Amino acid sequence: MPNARPTSAEIEAFGEELDAIRARVVSELGSRDVEYIERVIRAQRGLEVAGRGLLFAAFFPPAWIGGTVALSLSKILDNMEIGHNVMHGQYDWTGDPRLDGRTFEWDTACPGEHWRHSHNYLHHTHTNIVGKDRDIGYGILRMSEEERWRPYYLGNLLYAALLAVFFQYGVALHDLETERIVTGDVRVSDKRGMISEIWRKVRRQSLKDYVLFPVLAGPSLPFTLAGNLTANLARNLWSFTIIFCGHFPDGTHQFSEEEAAQETRAEWYYRQLLGSANLTGGPVFHILAGNLSHQIEHHLFPDLPAHRYAEIAVEVRSACERYGIPYNTGPLHRQFGSVVRKIARLSLPSAAAPRPALQEAVPA
Amino acid sequence: MLVRSLRPQPAGPAGIAGRVLRSRLLGALTYPHGVDRYAELISPMLLARDVRAEVTAVRHQTPKSVTLTMRPNRNWRGFQAGQFIGVSAWMDGVRVTRPYSLAGSALCPGEIELTVSTHPMGRLSRHLRDAARTGMVLDITQAQGEFVLPLPRPERVLLISGGSGITPVMAMLRTLCDESYPGQIGFLNYSRSPLAALYDGELKRLAAANPRLTVRRGYTRSRPGAVSGRFTLEHAGAAAEEPGCASTFVCGPPALVDAVRSHWAAAGFPDPAVEMFTPPPLPFERSAAHGVVRFTASDMQSANTGLPLLEQAEDAGLLPEHGCRMGICNTCSCRKRSGTVRNAISGALSGSGEEQIRICVSVPVGDVAVEL
Repeated sequence: MPNARPTSAEIEAFGEELDAIRARVVSELGSRDVEYIERVIRAQRGLEVAGRGLLFAAFFPPAWIGGTVALSLSKILDNMEIGHNVMHGQYDWTGDPRLDGRTFEWDTACPGEHWRHSHNYLHHTHTNIVGKDRDIGYGILRMSEEERWRPYYLGNLLYAALLAVFFQYGVALHDLETERIVTGDVRVSDKRGMISEIWRKVRRQSLKDYVLFPVLAGPSLPFTLAGNLTANLARNLWSFTIIFCGHFPDGTHQFSEEEAAQETRAEWYYRQLLGSANLTGGPVFHILAGNLSHQIEHHLFPDLPAHRYAEIAVEVRSACERYGIPYNTGPLHRQFGSVVRKIARLSLPSAAAPRPALQEAVPA
Repeated sequence: MLVRSLRPQPAGPAGIAGRVLRSRLLGALTYPHGVDRYAELISPMLLARDVRAEVTAVRHQTPKSVTLTMRPNRNWRGFQAGQFIGVSAWMDGVRVTRPYSLAGSALCPGEIELTVSTHPMGRLSRHLRDAARTGMVLDITQAQGEFVLPLPRPERVLLISGGSGITPVMAMLRTLCDESYPGQIGFLNYSRSPLAALYDGELKRLAAANPRLTVRRGYTRSRPGAVSGRFTLEHAGAAAEEPGCASTFVCGPPALVDAVRSHWAAAGFPDPAVEMFTPPPLPFERSAAHGVVRFTASDMQSANTGLPLLEQAEDAGLLPEHGCRMGICNTCSCRKRSGTVRNAISGALSGSGEEQIRICVSVPVGDVAVEL
């Protein structure tokens, strides 16, 4: 039976195995982890300086291409492997203020402070719970059969494409709950402080990318501007692709608030597994994905340094096989293809599909 | 002229390099990471704001200590004799910060000196003793602390120290000598044995060159030195003609500090200025603890256990930034949102409103909300 749920005792035993993996990794944390993230930071800063430098000569096509590629990679590393992971507190144990998850700020429109709330708390605690996890469609898309269909969702694919292009602004507005402002559930005045923080961050990001660097480039101005726009676009498309592959490929599930209401820690682990999917690929792919290609391991252990997920994955997968828990993984093209098909399918009315039970069935 | 030389220097690299590094334009271009996060890739010392120091000499005066001479970068604002700095180094990936008193003369702005004594439990001190090499770059803080020689200088000075507590009074002595201080200086120091005595050669040289300086050393665990046994008023009299008329500075273990204080109080002398590296045992009334501690930034809370907030936060699984854990270095300073805390050292109660507190020495009295 495809929806067979392991018994509660099995899930608790599975949870204990995961706790043991976590305890072992925490005890091993050390200079290896710091050397790794510092190497990535050096690479990012180097790519950024090289990219910005080349874009000063952006009128010369090879310089434009090289500069734009370097700056795109810099922004991707900054947001994915550095910013996202550092802001999870993955390196807080180092005591280094430069790696402090509570104060780190990243090169994107979303203020780090908002991200720490909407992502670290809301998304990671309430993963895939419809009505609580705002990553399910960002308040714009229908990403689950659990959400009632409305004619508005006929544009699901179009909205998804727009969200991908403007992803950094979608993320920046994430915590604002714009759709609840539209419906009148939340007043604009309640969000005034948040709006001004977003505006301040967007203004400083735009000043740097779209005014100062292009103006300083003098005769290269239009080309530098185009290079910076392209780098931000490339980062937007890439992060959208990776992030949407995390929770929406075929075989991932969404849940209702009631189902997850009384769950234990082990059942929370189980929900993370049913709601997350991995991507297969080489080491460079995993780094550019911020190791969110190990989405399952990231959701089980969001505050362990992400470069450890690959080694943890071997143990998690073997535990899943032993307990008969699905472990969803596949190459990017296949996972993303199924996400796009899902977005298209959900633009039309559809009934909820059968899915595994979170809680053990209570005998009648 | 002396007064001017002790004034804090303007922050940061001087000249064109400094102005460029701290310009608003470069700040905007390097947003959100800041200029220093790029500049440090070129050179760990080339920074717009952060203070760092490069080790230029390493010597071991005793087997259990290391003396580091360091050249701070141009963000260093100088110090007053007696002050300390926070020194950070990475050990197994963890950045450890501890306060160390500066031992050099405050009149040498381009050079600082630390003598770090190791303790069996002291991770950073042992690491520095074993791993410090010339060329090593350490994160440091600006100088801090109120245990300093006042301006204008007092007419007479008596410096009393024990063990590693010699470092801040050594800075005072060297600074006074460099200033050609005209008054009498008494220097009374205790160590376990002649082998553990720091700055022996230099103290002899200074005493020989300066007729107004009297140096007396005592050894608590070996043959007597110039004075014998633990501190008495007679020892003070051996270092200064009229100890009660000298401005007295004491740095050392709590027993020494307490002994000087009580002798001074009994003799009716004005209170000495004191500094301790080892914190006195904190008087915690754990049984009387009540209320709830809320950590607002983490959305967590736990019952007040009567321990300092830093330990309660750590027990709750948080990792607050901290340094000395004894109310000195201010690294752990954070915002109290509401509630009253008791200072574990002084016993003083805080106000109930919003304010900065040092969580390592702040014990909640009832409900407290702190931004952690």
